[in-house]
Amino acid sequence: MIYNIPFYTVIALILIGLYAILFKRNLIKIAIGVTILESGVNLFLITLGYRKGGVAPIYTNLPPSIEVPEGMVMPVPQALTLTSIVIGVAVLALILSLAIMIYRHYGTLDSRKVRRLKE
Amino acid sequence: MNIDWLITHSPALLIALPLLAAFLTPIIDRVSKKARNAFVIAVLIIEEIIMILFAWDVFTNGIHIYTMGASNPTETVPSQAVVPVRIVLEVDGMGAFMGLISATVSLAAGIYSLAFIEEEKGKGKFYTLLLLVLVGMVGMEFTGDLFNLFVFLEVLSIACAALIAYRSHFGDAVEGSFKFLIISSIAALFVLFAVALFYAQYDLLNIAALASVMQYSHLDKIALALLVAAFAMKCGAVPMHFWTPDAYSVAPAPITAMLVAASQASLYALFRVCFTLYGLTLNLEVIGGALIIFGLLSMFVGVTMAIPQKDIKRLMAYHAISQTGYMLLGVGVGLYLLAKPEFSSYGIKAMEGGIFHIINHAMYKGLLFLTAGAVYYRLKTRNLNEMGGLGHTMPYTAIFFIIGALAIAGIPPFNGFASKLLIYEAAYKVSPILSIIAMLVSILTLASFVKVFHSAFMGPKIHNVEEAPKSMLVGMAILTFVIIFFGLFPGWVVNHIVHPAAQALADQASYIQAVMGG
Repeated sequence: MIYNIPFYTVIALILIGLYAILFKRNLIKIAIGVTILESGVNLFLITLGYRKGGVAPIYTNLPPSIEVPEGMVMPVPQALTLTSIVIGVAVLALILSLAIMIYRHYGTLDSRKVRRLKE
Repeated sequence: MNIDWLITHSPALLIALPLLAAFLTPIIDRVSKKARNAFVIAVLIIEEIIMILFAWDVFTNGIHIYTMGASNPTETVPSQAVVPVRIVLEVDGMGAFMGLISATVSLAAGIYSLAFIEEEKGKGKFYTLLLLVLVGMVGMEFTGDLFNLFVFLEVLSIACAALIAYRSHFGDAVEGSFKFLIISSIAALFVLFAVALFYAQYDLLNIAALASVMQYSHLDKIALALLVAAFAMKCGAVPMHFWTPDAYSVAPAPITAMLVAASQASLYALFRVCFTLYGLTLNLEVIGGALIIFGLLSMFVGVTMAIPQKDIKRLMAYHAISQTGYMLLGVGVGLYLLAKPEFSSYGIKAMEGGIFHIINHAMYKGLLFLTAGAVYYRLKTRNLNEMGGLGHTMPYTAIFFIIGALAIAGIPPFNGFASKLLIYEAAYKVSPILSIIAMLVSILTLASFVKVFHSAFMGPKIHNVEEAPKSMLVGMAILTFVIIFFGLFPGWVVNHIVHPAAQALADQASYIQAVMGG
């Protein structure tokens, strides 16, 4: 039961993120929603690689009592997460800079008022 | 450097060349503007030439494998391991076919941009991003690794979003870009979540290796739903089409042409997931039926939304949705008929129609957006009511426009006719109603383009403008040449280019075998 908590957190984070993106009107809050959604997915990836009592997968630095490879955590999900975080930073930076430009053009961050395209 | 060496290393080279060139462009830009333009165009031409050579080799000799970081590029599974652990690029007929589209559209857009963005600021960055869009598209089409697919999807999204907002002094450009970026990042995170679900079950990221061990468990079905939703969002099919008109209409015209090709890269990923990852063991009638329904909805909603539009690029963007519907219809009908052994030859025909329509659409829709860009370049408006009489002073643009318009409406002898005929024929086998709706949508398409042609190019001379600059005409001429060539020799094209692509998509076993061996 206790081991499932990360997975419940993942679901909660993803749902909160989607809620913020779909229902919030403020562009900054939408950006926050994207970040929360991304954290949820990243947490899921990291949780997959967890092994109870595992050590870092570095062969030259292994304690002698550890069995190879069962005693090591899985490195691939961590590499995936790292990549995903880096990409996430770039996306977030771009979203925020677009939000800044929208504020300059329209004087508001309310998505209901930012609709010059609809006319 | 001989030709065999080039072909062997092409998969990596075709991604690395524009990637390195993209980051060299700002440096060359500091030295000389002319040198930068020459450099970008040279890179795009070299990319196109290598792509043609490579695609020809794939069409004749079958799947190409390239393992990143291995001493021997064809050694996918290292001797100590049982599964592929390195990133594998795998190019089959379908991948090479899509690569051809991306390279051709990028070349036309690159040449066209030389004049089009002449008066804008930050041109060095524009070309950097343009090359990165090409990297993203080619990467998505060539990769054999799911996580790699996610990375290239993000490269593509970020570069596209930045380019849509390129003319940031317009509020609507930034607004369209914001919408596009939010949709893209949600789609990309869905893909990443699906990748995590696969990794959790099978400890694998390679598409071929995953396909060989697929259990069709509940988690796999959730992953399928996530992937289909994500790629359908990105390719702009109804009901996830709302970002398309906004983003297409505000982007600079050459970028809109590239966005069409970028959406098709997502369409390719959708087909790759349905056909190769999940294979034909799924319930074909359900999946085929779902694609048919999506296709019909996209066709109909797209075209009916297009008719009342006054903004020329917005109108064309709605037509892009409608044409995506044809591709989904073609492939959906193909899947549906493949399930019935007595009709399976029609199934392959329908898939050929759908796939042929992908390349045709990229060419004529790209051309139409470029002509709209030429009109915008001279008049500085996209509103159809403010145009008129442009045929007097812009005769070449008018000719290019009418070729594109006839091709999209499916009038012989242009290429749209060839692929639509294949779709009509095969759809008739499922139900005559499908063919009737498809033809009706074609007629409506023709009607709305007649309206555009009339209000933009016909009538008395109102505006005293010149013909579009030479580089823009060259960009449009490249696409026109392809349209006419495909229209005049559809049989040759279907046999040598489209058939290998359709066959590769349907043939899951050899895709798996190429990576896993034996």
